[in-house]
Amino acid sequence: MSAVSSDVVIIGGGIMGSSAAFFLSRRGRSVTLLESGLIGQQASGTNFGNTRRQGRSLDQLALANRASDIWQRSKELLGSDIKYLESGHLRICYRDRPETAAAFEQYALDAKHCGLELETFSGAMLRKRFPFLGGDVLAGSYSARDGHANPRLVSPAFGRAAVREGARVFENTSVISVEKCGEDFRIHSEDGQLFRAPVLLIAAGAWSDTLAAKFGDSIPLTSFAPTMSVTEPVTYSIFPSVGVTTSKKIEDVYFRQIPRGNVIIGGSTRAPAYPDIRRAYVEPQNTLNQLQQIRRLAPALARLKIIRVWSGVEGYLPDSQPILGPSDHVSGLYYAFGFSGAGFQIGPGVGDMLAELIDTGTTDISLDPYRISRFSNTQVKAV
Amino acid sequence: MVQSRMIPRVIIVGAGPAGTRCAETLVKAGIRPTVIDEGRRNGGQIYRRQPENFTRSYETLYGSEAARAESVHCSFDALLEDMEYLPETLIWNIANSHVYTVSHNQQQVLPFDALILCTGTTDRLMPLKGWNLAGTFSMGGAQVALKSQACAIGRQVVFMGTGPLLYLVAAQYAKAGAGVAAVLDTSSWFARVMAAPKLFAQPSVLWKGIALTVDLLRAGVSVRTGVEPLAIEGSPETGVGALSFKDSWGRTRTIDCDAVAMGYHLRPETQLADLARCEFYFNHPTRQWLPRIDNDGRSTVPGIYLAGDGAQVLGANAAEVSGQIAGMAVLEDFGRIVDEQAHGKTLMILRDELASLRRFASGLNQAFPWPAQQAAHVTDDTIVCRCEAVSAGELRNVVCMAGADESNRAKAFSRVGMGRCQGRYCGNAAAEIIAHAARLPVEQVGRLRGQAPVKPLPIATEVVAQ
Repeated sequence: MSAVSSDVVIIGGGIMGSSAAFFLSRRGRSVTLLESGLIGQQASGTNFGNTRRQGRSLDQLALANRASDIWQRSKELLGSDIKYLESGHLRICYRDRPETAAAFEQYALDAKHCGLELETFSGAMLRKRFPFLGGDVLAGSYSARDGHANPRLVSPAFGRAAVREGARVFENTSVISVEKCGEDFRIHSEDGQLFRAPVLLIAAGAWSDTLAAKFGDSIPLTSFAPTMSVTEPVTYSIFPSVGVTTSKKIEDVYFRQIPRGNVIIGGSTRAPAYPDIRRAYVEPQNTLNQLQQIRRLAPALARLKIIRVWSGVEGYLPDSQPILGPSDHVSGLYYAFGFSGAGFQIGPGVGDMLAELIDTGTTDISLDPYRISRFSNTQVKAV
Repeated sequence: MVQSRMIPRVIIVGAGPAGTRCAETLVKAGIRPTVIDEGRRNGGQIYRRQPENFTRSYETLYGSEAARAESVHCSFDALLEDMEYLPETLIWNIANSHVYTVSHNQQQVLPFDALILCTGTTDRLMPLKGWNLAGTFSMGGAQVALKSQACAIGRQVVFMGTGPLLYLVAAQYAKAGAGVAAVLDTSSWFARVMAAPKLFAQPSVLWKGIALTVDLLRAGVSVRTGVEPLAIEGSPETGVGALSFKDSWGRTRTIDCDAVAMGYHLRPETQLADLARCEFYFNHPTRQWLPRIDNDGRSTVPGIYLAGDGAQVLGANAAEVSGQIAGMAVLEDFGRIVDEQAHGKTLMILRDELASLRRFASGLNQAFPWPAQQAAHVTDDTIVCRCEAVSAGELRNVVCMAGADESNRAKAFSRVGMGRCQGRYCGNAAAEIIAHAARLPVEQVGRLRGQAPVKPLPIATEVVAQ
């Protein structure tokens, strides 16, 4: 059987895989990207679209800042408009959680040391600056340099740009087996093709655990279906992307208005996802919970109608941190998955960092919090 | 199927001819169905009832179909005591054997054992340059204006498209004294002649159709067949001013008008079937995706049934028959048949009747074909998706430049079908445009996945305590 050979094979054409393919190709590496469906069709294409650094764990901010630089240059890098907008991002908390307001202040101080400038608001200043907020809102934390982009366009744009840089992209190509034979990984697809490369990156989102299992790594990956809605278009008047910081899942809603006028709403309770049939359904009760919460966050939105809901299959890990970096027992194997519903903004940073790591063998981003070995039930099988 | 003797909780969606006959069948068998309808009054689109204070006669409103309309209305009225009737109520989603309804911003969740979707049709449309100018209506919309509100859509109206509704609505306008500037049919006389053997399956309906054309000609209306529409002319400020087309001899002609009613036969409203996760198949004669049903209206999902034009466009008479058959299928599946022999006999008769009506409908599809070939001629600057203002050029661009040769992919990249109608009005045409640009058969382009809400859902929706 003749094999497609390259320096790197990437399994998974989401934002991680497609941006890694792009940056590796720019570094002169030959890349083969395998995607079981279409590029950016799953979580990367169906997520809310926040390019939000604030609210991330502090360890993620270096990657998030790196990603932020790429978002800002996305038009020239990709040669297409992915609707990136530095609209600002506001996080708020409700009156029944005054401790969260204090946490905002602390986070703003800490984030400053990590290169993220935030402004905190409360009382009259908050109302004056963000008059659309509901009466329950106590305080806010604002990041002027965060914003949003259109998820439906981003990963396909990275995929096309990667192809222009020389990458080979195989869509509708399902991987049925992966193994390491000598120096090379051998990957068989359902349609009978063979791919080989000394480096393999698994970035297959909610489907990554079955691939990792083939290398003896047992990962507690679960999947969920987020609840998304969009309204009819109205006058563009709320500029920042807005979200709630809360420990109650039902209250955890967010929205953003895009310049063409629609308001995109996400969050609150979520549904189970079905990776085996590659589908995720929005449960009606979750939509109703979301609408109730969005009325509380921004009462004026109650005058609008939602015209469509959607969801996608997202992969979650127990500590909400991804598995990112090299395997601890298979040389040449890298992982990037389990971003737990928060991978979109840092995606291009991850792709760029992985390209650097694979190309040069090193990166100045600390990958310690994302080690696969933190899940102790790994069955080590040295290869 | 379900072999219990329990009384099933049955919900019927739609109070048109199919929903009415279905409810009647169930009530007769001792079941108290819930009929949920978006309309303010029953009757559906075809037998739409005028507001209570309007006084036009059945003859004035429904012409040759007056007796049928009256019968459907009277039957429905007679059932009111024996069913729950929820008018002005939208089912915006279906999940886990519950329908999620909203009416005047109040939401209710209703469980069901059997759900019969009698959701009817809307117009099938092909974009035409200028069709987004004020004064352009769908054929059905033009009819609703007249039937419900006794209003015409303009002073000089061009009726353009194909299908029986083209002649019916034009004739109704002419009869009501509205100005009919012309009737332009994209189908040829030849297609009609070829379809004649099938159309003779329902000679009386065929005769009524011919009579409509005769009425129009007698009224001095110019009726042309085999035309190719070119553009609706006008300006955003003044709306529709004229319609230009090529006649059957290939000569370019322009007709002055202040309104255009357009439509190319009909398409079933299938979003609820889609949300209920029914399987669909590609129906080649009509070039549409339809929910897969058996002879008696059972979908591929247990407990979900379809009847009337919402399953497949077969017309109002067939809707009455298929509504009754679907009701009988429910009775069968839930073990509610009292007299097996009588049931079997009735079912045989109804199935035969439906087969004849199916044959007639296939004749109509042959006589008035969907002008798929027009998709190639839709100019790049023509708006395809009116909700999101996406042009044919933008759509072709994502097909040719970004490789989006599948409907949902093209939607993700271009926004076609992403707006408030969710592609119900542009989806058929967009698929043809994608197919032509990608040089693929249209069935390979797929169909837009339905997403809730079926129609826009107010954020203000409050949950009613049950």
